[in-house]
Formats: sequence, structure tokens, C-alpha cells
Amino acid sequence: MRSETFKAALISALLFLLAIGAWHLATLPKESAALAGADAEYAALMGAGAQQPGGFPPPAEVGRAFVHYLSDPFYDHGPNDKGIAIQLGHSLARVALGFLLAIVAAIPLGFVIGMSPLLTKALDPFIQVLKPISPLAWMPLALYTLKDSNVSGIFVIFICSIWPMLINTAFGVASVRRDWLNVARTLEVSPVRKAFLVILPAAAPTILTGMRISMGIAWLVIVAAEMLVGGTGIGYFVWNEWNNLALPNVIFAITMIGLVGMGLDAIFGRLQKLVTYRE
Amino acid sequence: MALHDPFDPHHSLTHCSCGRHGSQAEHDAALAQDDADALNRRVVQGAVMRALFPQDAERRRFLSAVGASTAWAAISSLVPFGALEAMAQEKGSLEKKELKIGFIPITCASPLIMADPLGFYKKQGLDVSVIKTAGWALIRDKVINKEYDASHMLAPMPIAMSMGVGSAPTPVNVATIQNVNGQAITLHVKHKDKRDPKQWKGFKFAVPFEYSMHNFLLRYYVAEHGLDPDKDIQIRVVPPPEMVANLRAGNLDGYLGPDPFNQRAVYDGVGFIHILSKEIWDGHPCCSFGVQTQFVKENPNTFAALYRAVLQAAAMANDPKNRPIMAEVLSPANYLNQPKTVIEQVLTGKFADGLGGVQTVPDRAGFDPFPWYSMAVWIITQMKRWGYIKGDVKYRDIAEQVYLLTDARKRMAEVGLVAPKDAYQKFKVMGKEFDPAKPEAYVGSFAIRRT
Repeated sequence: MRSETFKAALISALLFLLAIGAWHLATLPKESAALAGADAEYAALMGAGAQQPGGFPPPAEVGRAFVHYLSDPFYDHGPNDKGIAIQLGHSLARVALGFLLAIVAAIPLGFVIGMSPLLTKALDPFIQVLKPISPLAWMPLALYTLKDSNVSGIFVIFICSIWPMLINTAFGVASVRRDWLNVARTLEVSPVRKAFLVILPAAAPTILTGMRISMGIAWLVIVAAEMLVGGTGIGYFVWNEWNNLALPNVIFAITMIGLVGMGLDAIFGRLQKLVTYRE
Repeated sequence: MALHDPFDPHHSLTHCSCGRHGSQAEHDAALAQDDADALNRRVVQGAVMRALFPQDAERRRFLSAVGASTAWAAISSLVPFGALEAMAQEKGSLEKKELKIGFIPITCASPLIMADPLGFYKKQGLDVSVIKTAGWALIRDKVINKEYDASHMLAPMPIAMSMGVGSAPTPVNVATIQNVNGQAITLHVKHKDKRDPKQWKGFKFAVPFEYSMHNFLLRYYVAEHGLDPDKDIQIRVVPPPEMVANLRAGNLDGYLGPDPFNQRAVYDGVGFIHILSKEIWDGHPCCSFGVQTQFVKENPNTFAALYRAVLQAAAMANDPKNRPIMAEVLSPANYLNQPKTVIEQVLTGKFADGLGGVQTVPDRAGFDPFPWYSMAVWIITQMKRWGYIKGDVKYRDIAEQVYLLTDARKRMAEVGLVAPKDAYQKFKVMGKEFDPAKPEAYVGSFAIRRT
């Protein structure tokens, strides 16, 4: 078992180095004749990009972007230029707020729906229609009605994280084993105690699965939402560097988004393990 | 004290030391190194002295004869300088001090951005954050939502918003024009041999927004060459930052976009500058400094202070001497986030055209702030021409309601700038004269139109 983990890590590392190597070879600067004929004055006004059309940045340049941004993650040069940690902090705060609101709304509603077959059927068409709507499609509507771009961003997170949680909660609650409910009834347990001591623990793994899916979606959506709304956050950072056509910085930001997403998923994975029980 | 004393017989009030400004006061406002209060005092005194002595030679003779201090005592016994200065200042009661101003990261926004690092806002007692915004639709929504107190806007946007075209009707005013000229038609390098617009049939073009000068100028330009912009070419709305990437990918054949993105396409070797927008209409407005009418009404003193700061910034930006420094200040990530040489080429007008040549066009970009009514009328004629508005249009009423020309004149006088006396100005667009007195006839005079 141990040696297998070690081997897997070794293969991962090799793949990584191989990819970087291939990338490096593919982006080696070519001898350019493009500007050879132009005079020096003209050449001075042109960018490096003009010499290598297609100009994808080599790994060394991306590496420099990593060093540059990670060496000072907390700087603040005015409202439009902040360090990477501050940007990620803004994004995480938005996600956390929207996600918490979604929990507050989805878990109780999911309980009610899960316990009543009638409501399940009655609400099903609404859920089915609202669920597949891309959260970003809500953005213009949210901006118009909520009249605040920050609140709109949080709303978009809320609306995209609510559905998986709602459906999973309802499903988890509905599929609690009959025997356990019957035992509770025989012991004349009050409905509130039954909900908290029987149904909640039984449905918890399913509910957390819903939350884990929701968090994944929320982190995907926040980047797009911030690219639309701007201001602060990692999505704004990507937009701002795209604006400057600075691909090394964009690649750096993409990597950071991936790492933070992985971290979030790992946290929910842990939580999921905590509430799982063996029968 | 750099600003000259109007009671000094040895100095002229009608010319400045460098000779490029109407008066020494204006010169100094442009340099903007003076304490705002002293500047204000001098401007008021200068205005009074000019009124008393219309002939500058007469004022000098008078002052030399009686001496400055006697003259000062005599005149201040007649004229309440203190009260006048207080009136011009309108300080002490700013309704709102912390303001948010939005901008799109393009060189058009230079004046309102520069006012921040140069401290022009602070000098007026304002605490302003200038906030970079992702697109024009967002600017519109944030102004309507009052997230921004004032904003960089395209010159036609306040007109469209006030009329309720493309949004819920929200009265918005144009305090100043942000910039004139400074745009260009950029084409993909593969079209180097297609310099005649007649060869552009089927091309895909981009403009930054429906209600933009870019859209109206591009339509005008191709229509003058016999192409119908709605049928013969395709015009898409693409945010400026995405224009270069789309041009590189071949999704676009060209665009009439704001700088620095024209120069950026050249810099990256994907496009060339076909023409500068000044070749279509020299002196055309592009962006404006817009404020919701409600804000103007509720915060008159703050608005006046903001107005003065932006006008001073415009005067500073309009001076070619300051352009290289501006490029330095504007290029970091907090503002435009572009290579310095790109911004410098745009602002100084010495640029690579993408065809292997270096051109020198000093007036490639300008920052004349005066909001001519006739500019607004022209914009409305084009909105009518291309079917964005229908039916009877009260050109002059809308123009005079949205563009704050009288206010601009007043505030310009306060900071020592000389405003033009006219409100309507005739101008030529591609050689064809526009008479603001006959807008309807102008619309009807075009062969290609949607009316």
C-alpha cells in the first residue's frame, strides 16, 4: 500500500516534468525574420509579441510570474491592484457568504420536501426548470433588481449552490430507512427529536455530498462572475491580466484557482468522512 | 507664487509666459502646482480687473501710475473681493466627500485617472477612488444603481440613458467631454492590401458598445464608401480588452476601437492602423464624464468641486508636454495595465503603424473638455439615422438637457480656463458639413439610412 502511493507520486512528478519539458521545447524562441527588414526606430516601438506570432509564453516566464506574485501576496496598490492573497480572500469571502445563505435556505427546505411526498411532487417542476439555468444568466437580472454588483455576485453563488444541496437533502431525507423511523415511532419520539437524532445523522452523508458538489460549482462560478462584475477577486485578476494580454499571469491565476478549488474539495471530503457511518 | 498678480503692472493678463494659454491664470491652472485657494483668489481678482480694464494696456498704465497697493485699496473698497472669492469657491459644505468613480481601462479615461495621483480631487476636499470596470454595460448599470457617483462614459451613453434607449430611462448629465480623437480603425495584418473600404464586404468588425462614437463613426465611414453597415458588413459589440485577442484568433477582420487597443494590436504584430479616427472627424468627442442628474441636484457643492478637479486634469492632459509623464503614471496595473511604450505611442502621437512605418501625429489624442451642444445633436442625428430612435426627435432639447455646457463654462472660469463663447459649432465629418441648426435635414441627406 505504502509503496503504491510512492509509485503514484513518482509517476505524477514524472508526468509533470514531462509536460513542462514539452511546453518548454514547444515555446523555444524561433529565429525571426519578421522584423529584420524594419528599421531600428520602428522595432523599438514594437513588442516582443510581434517577433513570435502565436506567442505562447515559455515555462520560465510563467515561473517568473509565480515568483513575482507569491513573493508579495498582500500588497495593496490602490483599488485596482492588490496582491494575489487579497484577491483570493475576496473571492473566498463571496463564496462563503453565498454558500452559507444557500445552506440556510436549502437544508430546511430539503428536509420539508424530503419528508412530504406531496411537496416533492408539487415543487419538482419548479426545481427542474430552475436547476439547469446557468448562474451567470441571472447576473443581468440580479444587477437590475439588487442594484449592487457585490450583492449580485453573492446572489449568483447562492443560486448556483442551492440546487445540488436541496436535491441531495431531499433525497437523503426521503431515503432514511423505514425501520429506523418505525423504531422512533414505537418509542414515541417527538418530531423535533426525530428530525435531529434520527433523520439528520442518517441523511448527513448525502447532504454533505450535495454541499461538496455545490462548493465545486460555486468556485467555478465565482471566477466567471468576477470577470463580469470586476472590482476585486481572483476572477477580476484574470480579467485584468487578460486585458494586458499577459498570459504568464493568467496561467499563474489559473493554477491558483485550481489549487484553491482542490483545497476546498479536500475540506468537504474530510467532513464527509466524519459524518459517514458504518452499518 | 507662480501665478501672476493681476495688480502687477509688468505682466500681461491676456497671455501667459509660455504663450500657449489665454492668460497666466490658465497657464498656471494647467501646471496645477499652485495652491487651489490662492489660484482661486487670483482668478477672481483677474476676472474683476479684466472687467474694470478691458484694455490690458490701460490696466498697466493705471497700475504704474498709482502703484499697486493704492490701486488694490481703491478697488477693494469698491469691489467685495472676499465675497466673490467665497462664491467662486463654494467650499466648506461638501455634501459628500467619499466618491467612487468608474472607468474603463483605455486612454480616453486619462484625465479622470490622472486627477487621482496628481491630487486634484484631494485639493478640492474630495476622497475619490477610481475603480476599473469590466465593460460599458456594467458602467451603465453601476451608475443607475448609484454604486458610482460619477463615471467615465461614452459620449452617447448619457443621451441614450436619459432617453431610455437601451436601459430604463435615467436622467444622466455630461459634465465634460473626456477626450477628443484618439480612436482608430485597426485591421488584421492579412488585410494589408485591402485599404479601400469597398473591398470590405463581408468583414466582421467590432465596436465597444452600441451607443458609442465608435459605432457611429464606423457606420458613417463605411456608408460614405457605399457599404451598408447593417447588410454588407457585420458589426459586433466586443469589450475593448477582448478586441486584440479576437483579432489574433481571426474572429474579427478589424475594429474601430479605443486606444491603447489599436496600438496594442500593432505592438503584438496582429494588426495595423488603417486610419486614425481624426481622419473621419477631426476633434470628434469620444468619452465623457457622466453624472446622474439626481446626484447633481442633491450634491451641488460636491459636484462643483468634482467638476473643477476634472477640468484641471483635462487642462493638464491636453498639454503635449505632460504626455510622456502621463504614460509613465497610467501604465501600471492599478490604472491601464499596459506596456508603457504602447501608452506613450498613443499619447505622444509618434507611433508604429503596423505597416513598417513610424508616423508622427501630435493630435492623435486630445483632451478638450468642452461639451458642445452640437456634438450631442450630431450623436442624436446618428441615432436617428441608424434606427436606434424613431419618430420626432427634439434634438436641441435633449442636447441642452444632457450636456451641461453652461455649468462647464462657469466651472472653467473658476479654474482659470477660457471656454468658447458659442454653444453650437459647425464642423465637418469626412468633408461634409454638419449644421446643428438643421439636424433633420442632415439625417435626410444620407443615401444609406434606416429612416
